[in-house]
Parts: sequence; structure tokens; C-alpha cells
Amino acid sequence: MKKSIDFHKQDIKPAWCPGCGNFLILKALQQALVELSLIPQQVVVVSGIGQAAKTPQYLNVHMFNGLHGRALPPATAIKACNPQLTVIAEGGDGDMYGEGGNHFLHTIRRNPDITHLVHNNMVYGLTKGQASPTSEPGFQTPVQVDGVISDPFNPLALAISLDASFVARVFCGNLEHTVEIFKQAIKHPGYALVDIFQPCVTFNRVNTFKWFQENTYVLQDHDPYDRNKAFARAIERDRLPLGIFYQNKQKKTFEQKLSVHKDQKTTFLFRTINRDKLGDLIKKRQY
Amino acid sequence: MKRIIRSMASEQDISLVLCGEAGQGIQTVEQLLTRILKLSGYYVFATKEYMSRVRGGSNSTQIRVSSKPVQAPIARIDVLIPLDKEAIEHVSTHLDKHTIIIGDQERLNSGKNVIDVSFLKMAQEIGKSIYGNIIAVGLLSGLLDGEFEIGKHFIKSYFTEKNKEELVEDNIRAFERGYQEAHRLIKEEQIDSKYFLNLKKNSKVKNNLLLNGAEAVGLGAIAGGCNFISSYPMSPSTGVLIFLAQQAHNFNIIAEQAEDEISAINMALGAWYAGARAMVTTSGGGFDLMTEGLSLAGMLESPLVIHLAQRPGPATGLPTRTEQGDLHLALFAGHGEFPRVILAPASIEDAYQLTQKAFYWADQYQIPVFVLTDQYFMDSYYNIDKLEVPKGEIVRCIIKTDSDYQRYNLKVKNGISPRGIPGFGEGLVRVDSDEHDERGLITEDSQIRKSMVEKRNSKEYYLKKEALSPVLVGSSDYRVLCVGWGSTYHIIKEALERLDKPDITLLHFQQVYPISEESINYLHRAEQIVVIENNYSGQFSQLLERQTGITVDTRILKYDGLPFYADELAQEIKDVLEGKGDQK
Repeated sequence: MKKSIDFHKQDIKPAWCPGCGNFLILKALQQALVELSLIPQQVVVVSGIGQAAKTPQYLNVHMFNGLHGRALPPATAIKACNPQLTVIAEGGDGDMYGEGGNHFLHTIRRNPDITHLVHNNMVYGLTKGQASPTSEPGFQTPVQVDGVISDPFNPLALAISLDASFVARVFCGNLEHTVEIFKQAIKHPGYALVDIFQPCVTFNRVNTFKWFQENTYVLQDHDPYDRNKAFARAIERDRLPLGIFYQNKQKKTFEQKLSVHKDQKTTFLFRTINRDKLGDLIKKRQY
Repeated sequence: MKRIIRSMASEQDISLVLCGEAGQGIQTVEQLLTRILKLSGYYVFATKEYMSRVRGGSNSTQIRVSSKPVQAPIARIDVLIPLDKEAIEHVSTHLDKHTIIIGDQERLNSGKNVIDVSFLKMAQEIGKSIYGNIIAVGLLSGLLDGEFEIGKHFIKSYFTEKNKEELVEDNIRAFERGYQEAHRLIKEEQIDSKYFLNLKKNSKVKNNLLLNGAEAVGLGAIAGGCNFISSYPMSPSTGVLIFLAQQAHNFNIIAEQAEDEISAINMALGAWYAGARAMVTTSGGGFDLMTEGLSLAGMLESPLVIHLAQRPGPATGLPTRTEQGDLHLALFAGHGEFPRVILAPASIEDAYQLTQKAFYWADQYQIPVFVLTDQYFMDSYYNIDKLEVPKGEIVRCIIKTDSDYQRYNLKVKNGISPRGIPGFGEGLVRVDSDEHDERGLITEDSQIRKSMVEKRNSKEYYLKKEALSPVLVGSSDYRVLCVGWGSTYHIIKEALERLDKPDITLLHFQQVYPISEESINYLHRAEQIVVIENNYSGQFSQLLERQTGITVDTRILKYDGLPFYADELAQEIKDVLEGKGDQK
């Protein structure tokens, strides 16, 4: 019998509040990686800063824990330099949609074969309870004293409008569904966004576990290859759909489009300089 | 009226200046003329100053032609080719009664005495007015006795390579026309040829290389194993991005134009993490955006090469002009304490060697290394003898990991924990922007924090030991020590040659941080130290004072957006030593 691989890092205790949705997301990701028969040495999780971005600390994988908002650029580069690796960028709504908003747009345009997991609890946890880009209007915080006055950011509608090649949303309270969507996102060849609804038990008393249960539903009979329908579902507000909204399998990935992998299959680590060509290039400066 | 190029008697070189609007093809003239003259056996130097616009304005190129090496700009203009009405006014402070102006008298409408050559009319006779530039190339080649056949051949290959074969024939005719015109001017004794002919050709020079600072940094990057560049275009740093992008297919380089500089530097760190050798190229404001990423390199202990081409700030400043104003920026950028190295190429050869060195040190010490240049350096070139292709394969400072691998192993010498790469070996590679333990996992343990700070910063000690010594040019028995750094090397060197005072010596730094211990001895031996810098506050002299405890007596500073000129600088050094200059 095949020995099951454990992605759980047992010797470090998560720094999250008891009952935090992050525990479920961590569990779902571990399960998805096991079910995909990946091994830890193949997987790199890149994160920014925030409670969500601590996830790879508790996973038995390679970790690049970088700057707030900046997980996507290194994730793109890691995949580009070594396409053999499974690369996941993970962080929270403030990290990915606020601080890192520009990278979100341009990573979709590049379409690297990476999975983008965004923990969305509609509030800032690490900095203790300020509004996030996805907070509902009227949401009161110590900073937004009159309630949030900006419209919430809609990551799914934005991603679909940019023809992101895989766009999904899950609620971590629905573990089985979350694992399934994570698996599909990781398997998808190209950029895959999974927006993950999660409650923040400490700072968000509005969007609670119960609120998400009551205000979400899993998409049925939806054609994810129809971009217009996907967009229509993404802007639904009364009850929020979950599942794969949109998928485009026709797009080539960033790595496939790079010339560097066309003739050479070795990873960057083992590549050498073509000294003859360098000599020729220098000699050309005689003319 | 018979006129002469007055400088040849004393100066050994001719200074040509072409001036006109952006879009008039001055760059084409510079490209063609310098190459034709070099292939004819002359030493050439070229630099340009230009306005931040694509069309219009006033831009100029200076070309010095000589029988011996020339590597610096001068203020003096021997021959001016004004291509539009504003040109003469634009360079007027550099004109004197000896300057010969050759141009379309009718179009220039100038009060100055101009040797009339109707470029426009001749060009129109050939076909199009744009051929005027090539007529100028022919004229100047003719006056300077450039090889006619070499010129024709070069123009043919130049336009063929640009896929403009249909233009070859007309351009050759334009070149011939200019050449004939030169002979007419000489025959009619409007210009005395014998002064031009004093220039001696040297057949050895023909195989010299001509490349500018941007190309030298780019070639150095390739030779240093660079296979990833992510950057956002910004003058004057873009030349390196373009160069490497053009060579991407030949050398398997990923050249990615990032959405902003923040993305660029974070991509470069991701690339190093995955086993590539990555660099970014940027300028002032762009580098400002990178400073958090720089700090991340410090914490991750990631290698990183940053090419920072300086231009005058603050803010947008003078986008296309030059300054050495960002030394302090490179030195102090990024929050927290971590080691770094700043290299400042003094010559084209240096840029090629030091950029390789930057990759090597970055990889070996797992630190950010700067290659600090400026607009003047990016856009200038002169004959160089050769550039060596590195002999052996690149030595990579990477290990194959075991299953118990710890990225930040504290039981190491020199503060360098062996660097692993994801997928190479059994271990897991964890790098962390939070303070971390040996495994790379987040910690707030104050003992570990202390050990990690000490480990990171202990590299500085070894870096200092390895620091490159400054170059001493002149007698070691000096009274006055002129000190420079980076791109001013050849300018100060020529200025001191012009002064020809045996007790004045140049000490030039091509590594500005950390500085070598040896440099302190040089400084202590001087009676008077004169630091020469292209900035307002004397940033390097401040650094020297901090690092060595010496006092800098005199500073010669220039911050008008232009480089120093060797002839002007010689006078300025003379003045300050005689107590006449306005010292700081």
C-alpha cells in the first residue's frame, strides 16, 4: 500500500484564534494536496503578510513568505524558472485585493500556471479589525467609524472580465466542496483564482459562520465555459454563489509562452552560459 | 577666408558636436560616424545629452576623434554641425572664436560665421531631406580622412541589418556627396586640411570594440550568468533591459516587463529562490518603489543584483540627464539592518567585470549587490581593446538539500547558511520575511532574533575584507589627492593629465561600499583631499568621512544635470588648489 504523505506540519502551533476559518482552509489544502498525490518537495506555497498568509508556516511544503501584497510576482517567477513545481500563492483579502491589487490584474493577464488562494473574511485580522476591500458598505470599524462608504471589491467579476482562466469561490465551512474546488484549481493548467469565504470570529460580527451558511449556495447547472453567464453569476449579491464560475482551457500559460523553455527542458539551476555566443556578441561590437 | 582647427597644435584631438531636434537622426550620425572613424583607425569617444521628449527640443552629441585614447567629454567644440535654428544657441556657451560651424547658412539664419553647406538641397537632390544626416556623416568622414570604402561598406551593412535595404543605395550616394563636399571645402581652402590630417591612424584600433555603458552592463550580466531580468522601463536604466531582452533568445533569458518596480524586484527574488540568477534595472523613483523588496532580500538572505542608473532627482527631476545623487539612496534604502555591496563602474571594461562580480558576490554572500551607474555612463562609449569571455563555468553557491535541511542554519562560518533550491534534493526550502528560526519558520524568540541579526550582519566583516581597492593614478608620492567614484574616472584622469602636476594624484573608487581598508592609508597620506562628485551634497565624501574618520578639505561638485568636462574640470581643480574656486 502506498504510504500516505502528510502535509501537516505538527511541530508548530498555529497563531490563529480558536474557531478561525483559517483552520478549515489549512485542512482543506492539506487534504487536496494528498488527494492529488503530490509530494511536499514538489509544492511551493508563496504568501504575503496577514493571518491568512501564515498558512504555509503550518504546511509541510516549500515556503516563500514574502511581503504584504506581493505574493503573486515571486510565485509567477518561481513557476517560470521551474515549471516542474506546483506553485500556490496564498493570502488574505487585504493582502491580495488591497495592497497587491495591481499584481492581481497583471498576473491574470500573464496567466502563469499557479493557484491563487484568497482567504476572504471581509475584514482585517492581523491589524485588528479595520475594513478590507471586500467589506460590506456600512460595516463599522474603529477606523471606518461611520461604516464603510466605498463599494466592495468584486474579485470574481474582475477576474472574469480579464478572462482569467479559472475563477471559483468556496465557503470553508463546506469542507468537501472546498477540497474539490482546490483540487480542480491546482490541476487547472493556468492561473486559477479561488476566493474563499471564511468567518473572522474576532473582528467580523456581521459575516459570521451562520451568515455565510445562510447567504451562499452552490452553483447548479452552470456552464463555466460561458463567460457572459459567469459574469452574471459573479455580480449576484442577494445570495452569493459558490463553485467554479468560469474556466477557459484554451489559454496558453505564461511558462508555455516563454522562449526559455522551448528548446531546453533543464531547470534554470543547471543551465550554463553559451560562451561561444557571448564571444560572438562581444566581437560584434567591432562594427 | 582660410580657417583652421586651432586645437590640433596643442590638443591632439578634434571635438565634433552635432546638435538638432529629437527625431532629426543625430543618433544615426553618431552611430555611423564613430564606427566609420574607428574602423578607419582612430580613437573615438561619444556622449550625448538630450531632452526628455521624443520629437523637437535641442539634443546634442559630442564626438571626440583622436590619435590616442579619448574617454571623456570636454567643453571645447572644434566643429559644430547645427541641424536646426536653435542648435547654435543651445551650445553657445561652449563656442569660441575658433569653433568652425558648418551648416545650411540659409536655414540657420545665424549671426555667426557659418561655412555654408546646403545639406537640405543636396539631400533633396538625392531623394529625401532625411539624407542630410548621411551627407553630414560623409562630410565629416571626408574632413577627417575616414576611409571611403570602409564608410560605404559600413553604411550598406548598417541599413541592411535594419531591414531597410531599399535605402542602401540612396544613403551611399548621400555619403559620397558629403565626402565630395569635404574635398570641395578643403580645395577651396575654406577649411585647412592639414590640421585634420595631423590625426594619426593606427591599424590596431580597427579591431577595438565600441559599446556604451548600458551594453557593458548587459554583457557583464550575461557573462555573470544572468538568466532573468524583471524591470519597469525608466530612463536612463532601460538600455540594460532592452539589451537583455534582445539577447533573450540567444542566451535563454526571461526578460519580463513588470507592471511596476515593486513587482519587478519581488519577481527577481522569486527567480533566485527557484534557482535563476536574476537582476533588476531601474532609476531613482523606480528604485524608491523597490526599497521594501530590497529589505526583503536582506531578510530572506536572497542574492539580488540591482542595476541603478542615476538621474537627477528629487521626484521626476531631469529624466534624461545625469547625476551621482543616489549613492545615499542605495546605501540606506530598505528598513532594518542588513549587509549590501555597492559597485560603481569607472569604465566600460569595469562595468563588464563588475556586473559579473555583482552576480558572484550576490550568490556567494546571499546579499543584494548594486551596480551603480548614471545617464552619462549609460550613453557614452569609446574604444576599448577587448572584453574577455569568462573561462570556466559559473560557480553556483547552491547545495543539494537533505531531508533535514535548514535554510538558516546558524552553525556556519561567515554568516552564510548554504542555500538550497526547491526541488533540488530532499529538503524543504523555507524563506521568510518574518524573523525566523533555522528552519525558516516564524519566531519571536528573542535569543533566535539576536542570533539571526548577528548572522546576517556578520557578512559585512568578510565583505569588507574582500572589498576592491581603489585605483591610484599618478605618483604615489603625492601632496594632493583628488578622489572620485564611478563614472567620473576618465574625466578626472584627463583633467589631471591636462594639469600635469606631479604632486596631484587620483584615487578612484569603483567599489563605494563597503570601502577597502587599504583606501584609508591612501587618504591619510594626503596633505589635501579634494573629492569630486556629480552631486550637490558630496555624498561620497560624507561616506568617506564616516567610514575612515578623515576630513575632506575640498569638494568640487556639479549638479546641473550634465557631466563634468575634462577641460573645465582641470581649470576648476587648478582654481581650488590656488584658493580661487568656490569651495564647499
